[in-house]
Amino acid sequence: MKNHNLHLSGLEPLKIFPGSNFINIGERTNITGSKEFARLILSGNFEEAVNVARQQVENGAQIIDVNMDEGMLDGKQAMVKFLNLIASEPDISKVPVMIDSSKWEIIEAGLKCIQGKGIVNSISLKEGEQKFLEQAKKIRRYGAAAVVMCFDEKGQADTFERRIEIAKHSYDLLTRKIHFPRQDIIIDPNILAIATGIEEHANYATDFIRATKWIKENLPYAKVSGGVSNLSFSFRGNTPVREAMHTAFLYHAIQAGMDMGIVNAGMIGVYDEIPKDLLELIEDVLFNRRSDATERLVAFAENVKSKSKNQKPDDEWRKLKVEERLKHALVKGITEFIEADTEEARVKLQRPIAVIEGPLMDGMNAVGDLFGSGKMFLPQVVKSARVMKKAVAYLTPFLAADQSQSGPKNAGRVLLATVKGDVHDIGKNIVGVVLGCNNYEVIDLGVMVAAEKILETANKDSADIIGLSGLITPSLDEMVHVAKEMERLGFKTPLLIGGATTSRIHTAVKIAPNYGAPVIHVLDASRSVAVVSSLLNREQKENFSSKIKAEYDDLREQHLGRKRDKNYVSIEFARQNKFQIDWKNYSPPVPSFLGNKVFDDFPLEEIRKRIDWTPFFQTWELAGKYPAILSDPVVGNEAQKLFSDANKLLDEVVSRKHLRAKGVIGFYEATAVNDDVEWKNETGSQHGTFRFLRQQSRKGAGQPYLCLADFVAPKSSSLKDYIGLFAVTAGIGIEKLIERFERDHDDYNSILIKAIADRLAEAFAETMHELVRKKYWGYAWDENLSSEQLIREEYAGIRPAPGYPACPDHTEKRNLFEMLGAEDTAGIQLTENFAMYPAASVSGFYFSHPKSKYFGVGKIEKDQVADYAGRKGIAVEEAEKWLSPNLAYGI
Amino acid sequence: MEIKETLEQRIMILDGAMGTMIQRYKLNEADYGGPQFKNHPASLKGCNDLLCLTQPQIIREIHEQYLSAGADIIETNTFNATAISMADYKLEEYVYEINRAAATIARQAIENFDPQTEIRQSKFVAGAMGPTNKTASISPDVNDPGFRAVTFDELVVAYTEQIRGLMDGGVNLLLVETIFDTLNAKAAIFAIKEYFEKTGKEIPIMISGTITDQSGRTLSGQTPEAFWNSVAHAEPLSAGLNCALGAELMRPYIEELSGVADCFISCYPNAGLPNQFGEYDESPEHMASVIREFAKAGFVNIVGGCCGTTPDHIRAMADAVKNISPRKLEVGVE
Repeated sequence: MKNHNLHLSGLEPLKIFPGSNFINIGERTNITGSKEFARLILSGNFEEAVNVARQQVENGAQIIDVNMDEGMLDGKQAMVKFLNLIASEPDISKVPVMIDSSKWEIIEAGLKCIQGKGIVNSISLKEGEQKFLEQAKKIRRYGAAAVVMCFDEKGQADTFERRIEIAKHSYDLLTRKIHFPRQDIIIDPNILAIATGIEEHANYATDFIRATKWIKENLPYAKVSGGVSNLSFSFRGNTPVREAMHTAFLYHAIQAGMDMGIVNAGMIGVYDEIPKDLLELIEDVLFNRRSDATERLVAFAENVKSKSKNQKPDDEWRKLKVEERLKHALVKGITEFIEADTEEARVKLQRPIAVIEGPLMDGMNAVGDLFGSGKMFLPQVVKSARVMKKAVAYLTPFLAADQSQSGPKNAGRVLLATVKGDVHDIGKNIVGVVLGCNNYEVIDLGVMVAAEKILETANKDSADIIGLSGLITPSLDEMVHVAKEMERLGFKTPLLIGGATTSRIHTAVKIAPNYGAPVIHVLDASRSVAVVSSLLNREQKENFSSKIKAEYDDLREQHLGRKRDKNYVSIEFARQNKFQIDWKNYSPPVPSFLGNKVFDDFPLEEIRKRIDWTPFFQTWELAGKYPAILSDPVVGNEAQKLFSDANKLLDEVVSRKHLRAKGVIGFYEATAVNDDVEWKNETGSQHGTFRFLRQQSRKGAGQPYLCLADFVAPKSSSLKDYIGLFAVTAGIGIEKLIERFERDHDDYNSILIKAIADRLAEAFAETMHELVRKKYWGYAWDENLSSEQLIREEYAGIRPAPGYPACPDHTEKRNLFEMLGAEDTAGIQLTENFAMYPAASVSGFYFSHPKSKYFGVGKIEKDQVADYAGRKGIAVEEAEKWLSPNLAYGI
Repeated sequence: MEIKETLEQRIMILDGAMGTMIQRYKLNEADYGGPQFKNHPASLKGCNDLLCLTQPQIIREIHEQYLSAGADIIETNTFNATAISMADYKLEEYVYEINRAAATIARQAIENFDPQTEIRQSKFVAGAMGPTNKTASISPDVNDPGFRAVTFDELVVAYTEQIRGLMDGGVNLLLVETIFDTLNAKAAIFAIKEYFEKTGKEIPIMISGTITDQSGRTLSGQTPEAFWNSVAHAEPLSAGLNCALGAELMRPYIEELSGVADCFISCYPNAGLPNQFGEYDESPEHMASVIREFAKAGFVNIVGGCCGTTPDHIRAMADAVKNISPRKLEVGVE
């Protein structure tokens, strides 16, 4: 027997068989149906549009309908672009795609983009049999199923008889003439608007349901689908009624055999939960049971709409007993009553230590559990910690007086530090807070901490665990150093590794082999508790450590085994195949000044407008893109609160000038010689060379191997070209703010201000780049881009930063800083490992050529490293040290 | 006998690696190019497909060794013979010629193989169609996920030329293999079906995907069942998996495919995973024992080898499965 189920696929299979549940097809990526999606596509904001698709899938769509039929748009191009983009997002492309268009050319373009088996929506007999069959044959050849609309040369079917007549005719043609698989035929018998007040429309719903039943009984294996939202078109704006109508309609249509439907998954409720009075009115309309059905439903609908729910503040919890109130305040992060409640508890329980070990610890345990099970998010936990700290601070004088008692018991002692040469500590501080919430004592040594200091303190205070953090790549080496020192000094304390450039693989391959005790990479703050508690639990420790060790041993072996898989070209070959720019027909734009220009107090109001908020939410481990994250079903609430707290703080910072933004930019004459850019000032009295790296990982024929020097006119061209430089910070004055918050035991705001300063620095770099493009270098004076376009880097020219993928060597900052005099002019210091302090700083180069673009150098081979060391006049070993994350070979 | 009937009666044997065998000849630049390509503008060393034109006797010899080892189906030496892949060697204009020659050589190997017509008629040539070196559904540029290095239409054009050469050279089957991006394979299928329709000539299609690692997915991210759903419209003679993983690691995926596909199932793994030196070193005996277990479990109809396998592997496999009945077509069909 042949298989007659409908089998579809994205990255994963979807089988539709007689017993399967109703299939939800997401409708919000349909430009004709979703205003929001239309706005995003028409404004070219595909990135957000992709998020709409993601939300659909997250909300339960099993197929997504994509429609780009819009007069103002090149629908074919938009379809291709959107499908290609979602193909790169596995959490979207796991589901099949329904390519929806009334234009065949858009459908065909879409079919050429999907690797899975999708559905075409739709074809019909509208333009006659021949065209219908030609299109169906093509669909089959592209490997898709097809929705067949009940439409023919006479028009759209709107009665039961016409529906089944066209359905049967279409089905017979497909199965008999071209042997289209019967299970791949999906009939759409037209869901049309009801309750419109027009008599002819009264039977639309019931005729659809009857036709569905007929199709399922008479056309073997054919499926039935429809666009559900049409049904309630008359009630636009009245969500409760629309939702109830869809729910009731689907309930009956599915019973009749409807297999799938294009729906807004968020707008379908539960049939049994529709209020009985409303359900009766709706079913009267659906089945055309009374002549006044529509009028009655409309009257009811107006009533529903006018009702709005009043919300009152929830202060019921103030009536609970004091222990419960403390717990509530901790879980909800409310500081308002904490001192009074703590005092009340102290009096009630008589001893201060009893308050900490009793209700406060209970509350924090509840917080730990909720966070551990994903019911609380990071910003909430940090707020809870603030409440805890305030309560403990209140109790401290009483504890001191009550000397007969020892301090509160804790679950273990964790020492945290940002390693030498690095100044970034937001992540580390978050880990500290989260661990503190879980009853661990945290000793935080701060930033730029030398190995000796870390190990000395660990010994003195008998730390149970040491955690190292770092953001810039040279910190990786410093962590290796700390691990070696621990081994040499005979430490047995487990070592945790965290921070943006760290990774499991680096930890396994480079750090763990140097130290006998457990070395574990911790991906983010939320994982830290599980790791620390497993390591400190006597029963679990052994097992957990050996499991991690085995995992890392495997990783290391795989890494060593795999390393040679990738293919690299020689540096000569890469240079021969550099990025080609037609310099002959190009004249480089001339900057409005040469030398440096200092901005001592750049207005924060201007900078603030440019903030890209998405990374801010990432810092707090809230996943999603701004602004969609604010309405995210899971984290939306917390994101909104965090966003509002951030803006309040930002208001204060801006109006009271708590932070100062300083920066310096410079332009110099420059020519490229191979991978170097040689620069000089106007008179030639100052000159020097920036050294860049070139991609070496083998590419397809004709693809260039990029290097930043390719974007500057080569010496041989005799053109006068330029390079720009910049260093900006938004962190001047941040210490005072942090001190203030820490005095107030307010970790939440302390972390918040650092995260905000980071965003301001990035925004400042963006603002400055725009000024450079439009004014100071002036090559794009007529540029007019939206902030989304700016975030997507649609501008001409680039501003790559040393230490980042296009020029991974941090040491090039030394030159850059010297030329700009940045330590004096912008107030930014460089550490020995080239981290910038204040941490909220950005520096880099400007390239103006319109073809210049961001790229990653990736891994490089020894020939280039040796060449690079030679060019820089340093030993190969030193070059290898700074470039270690980029080496394609082991050292 | 029709290949379908044979497949219903016994497990058929596909040949092993071509590249591994060519390596044994230790050919140099001049050998690869031969006198014909003496002044060619690009280096040709490593362009195995070109050997169909420059060293046909070597290719025929390899085919003959596989036939002697017991292969029922031999693959043409055309894995990279499309204009897209051949661009690396600046050989785009020779694509048709290479494919036709490759098919002719393989046919000749069979004609020379045995004087008995009946035996000759039980051997088949499969025209090998590789994935090309570009992906139609993955961007090569991480910063530009919407970008594509090759389009569906470009693939259709390239495959059509390859198909024309293979068909003119007389292949008995078309084998779309080592599929790491299903969209590339769908373009190949599209090209094949169009060619069949235009010429009225039609031969069976074989399809073989590649699960790249133990995530159990193709490079483009599909599970085996999703992959099958995407290519089932080819109505192939067989579907299966080849390359990347060694036989043992392939088991769950071939089992999954065997459970869903309503056609014959093929399986031709590498000789294990590559070792530190990038070589494959699983022994013929070991591989044969794993394949034998697949056969006993009723997963397969066609078995053979991919990278690193040799006539010894094929001989061992043929021997290992000769008394085991093939998977029945009803399996996996609801």
